[in-house]
Amino acid sequence: MDIFTQQLINGLVVGSVYALVALGYTMVYGILELINFAHGEVTMIGAMVALMVIGALLGVAPDMPGLMVFAGGLLVAVPACMALGFAIEKIAYRPLRHAPRLAPLITAIGVSIVLQNLAMLIWGRQYISFPPLLPQGRHEFLGAHVTDTQIIIFVTALIVMAGLWLLVERTRLGRAMRATAQSREVAQLMGVNVDRVIAATFIIGSGLAALAGVLVSAYYGLAHYYMGFMLGLKAFSAAVLGGIGNIAGAMLGGLLLGVIEALGAGYIGDLTGGFLGSHYQDVFAFFVLILVLVLRPSGLLGERVANRA
Amino acid sequence: MAWLRARPRLALLLLAALLIALPFLVGAGLGRSWVRVLDFVLIYALLAIGLNIVVGYAGLLDLGYIAFYALGAYLYAWLASPHFGLHLPFWAVLPLGAALAGLFGVLLGAPTLRLRGDYLAIVTLGFGEIIRIFMNNLNAPFNLTNGPQGMNLIDPVSVGGLAFEGQRQFLGLTVTGLHLYYYLFLAFTLLAIGVAMRLQDSRIGRAWAALREDEVAAAAMGINTRNVKLLAFAMGAMFGGLAGGLFAAFQGFISPESFNLWESILVLCMIVLGGMGNIPGVILGAVLLTVIPEALRYLGDLQRATLGHVAVDPSDLRMLLFGLSLVAMMLWRPAGLWPSRQRKREFASEDEHADLYDARA
Repeated sequence: MDIFTQQLINGLVVGSVYALVALGYTMVYGILELINFAHGEVTMIGAMVALMVIGALLGVAPDMPGLMVFAGGLLVAVPACMALGFAIEKIAYRPLRHAPRLAPLITAIGVSIVLQNLAMLIWGRQYISFPPLLPQGRHEFLGAHVTDTQIIIFVTALIVMAGLWLLVERTRLGRAMRATAQSREVAQLMGVNVDRVIAATFIIGSGLAALAGVLVSAYYGLAHYYMGFMLGLKAFSAAVLGGIGNIAGAMLGGLLLGVIEALGAGYIGDLTGGFLGSHYQDVFAFFVLILVLVLRPSGLLGERVANRA
Repeated sequence: MAWLRARPRLALLLLAALLIALPFLVGAGLGRSWVRVLDFVLIYALLAIGLNIVVGYAGLLDLGYIAFYALGAYLYAWLASPHFGLHLPFWAVLPLGAALAGLFGVLLGAPTLRLRGDYLAIVTLGFGEIIRIFMNNLNAPFNLTNGPQGMNLIDPVSVGGLAFEGQRQFLGLTVTGLHLYYYLFLAFTLLAIGVAMRLQDSRIGRAWAALREDEVAAAAMGINTRNVKLLAFAMGAMFGGLAGGLFAAFQGFISPESFNLWESILVLCMIVLGGMGNIPGVILGAVLLTVIPEALRYLGDLQRATLGHVAVDPSDLRMLLFGLSLVAMMLWRPAGLWPSRQRKREFASEDEHADLYDARA
């Protein structure tokens, strides 16, 4: 089996999930210049809510086809997280819109801690297994294995991202979002209801996060109250890699980071003569983040914002 | 209190007497485990004072501060435990730990400090995680950190042949290692308070304040912003490294778990809750956030008494309450419980211009 192709495929699948989460960071950052620290936890809440619904559905109708149960979980988790995102913005960020920069960042950390610990109280500390609802078939592809689950995740992520692209580029709301990102004040003067645009941004981003959370826990077959933290950090790194504030950049950055991580974990042992092993996988995202910020703070596709005071 | 305020020397004397007697009072009143809590209060106060230099004075949000604490602790463990067979005395190891942490502070700061505040937050967070992941995994191919099991049998502090362990009688009082560590930590904390306060009023301290308020204006005033930031970063890191060494000696055991992100956030909470930039506030924050979780343990007993069983594990509630208090503080009292006067004015941004028209201001 070709390790390179295999890791490339695995990386693209995980990367497409990173991209979904990164979109939420980048949209919020583009408009508010705020790192929505709690975004990672929203993905976790999405996975947990979906699991609860899936468990209930399987209890009521055990013969229901797997894909329908999966869709049922998504149909509850996504709106629930949209409401959560809306509430977070309203409670924790909106009152601080004119406060010093550190203030909303600290509330964001607070919200993140609250969500994580609420999840722990509700769903417990243990890992929760995600039932194998998606088709499990395996295909040979260029000397590597691709599973149906991987295909479904990748294609779903791509479709949703294409939808988001259309929303931002072709609709009235999208135009309002782009205007608000350019200048909140001027957009307001042009009759854009900035508060509503910001709320919509949080709602859309949280919906994407919920989808990502469900997909990633279906992929690994596990969910955990702590899963949102690393996922959020990596997605943020992906957003910075692509150029934060830039939607295409978040998609590219997510896919790229997934691939870097998978290839890195696959080859680090050989490269360092066995000194460092694949358990350093989580370190790659941070190294990428630090390297990008040092060498090209604007990211691959972004404008230069990092030094704007 | 007014009569005390009029006699500052007497007040100082009373405070000193209280601080000296405190471990015995606490030990007699609440039990020996609370003397241990007292020791931790001082370690956290030291950490909070150090982080306050970075966050409170210079306005750089550092979310990986605990990495410097970890470096200090691990250096102590390497140089004073059977792990490498080295047993250097603590007064030799502590400065080395502080220096190592300071060096890493510069190494991390040099490339990243030109970034804007929130980027810096994420990079420092990543740095903290990297250090922890390395500590967790560097037990192979050669055993540097003993991995997740951590390192134990670390030498206790010993001064002139008096090792800080066991117990002995002195003037009819039972003096344990916990008591001796209390006085050692108290000395370091007082030293740190002195240094931090002198720094705040120095030329560098004013440069930090200018930087925090407006970086562009500070640069225009001739402040070398990069160097001044680096100095804040390295200085804060040194306090962290020092506290880490003390922690390692005190515990006799360290593992990567003691240095996770939530510890960084806990120290940050102390500063935010107490009042960023104000030393008394920061210490208040350290005291509250160390004592409250310990006191919350009684919630378990309370539940057992009223409900017959423990419905919610109090340690689960701890972080939840931290999170809620962080949000609530930022919304309702963003300057903290005990803010400095300057900070109070900064946060009252709504009436920022009101005092221009107010003759009393």
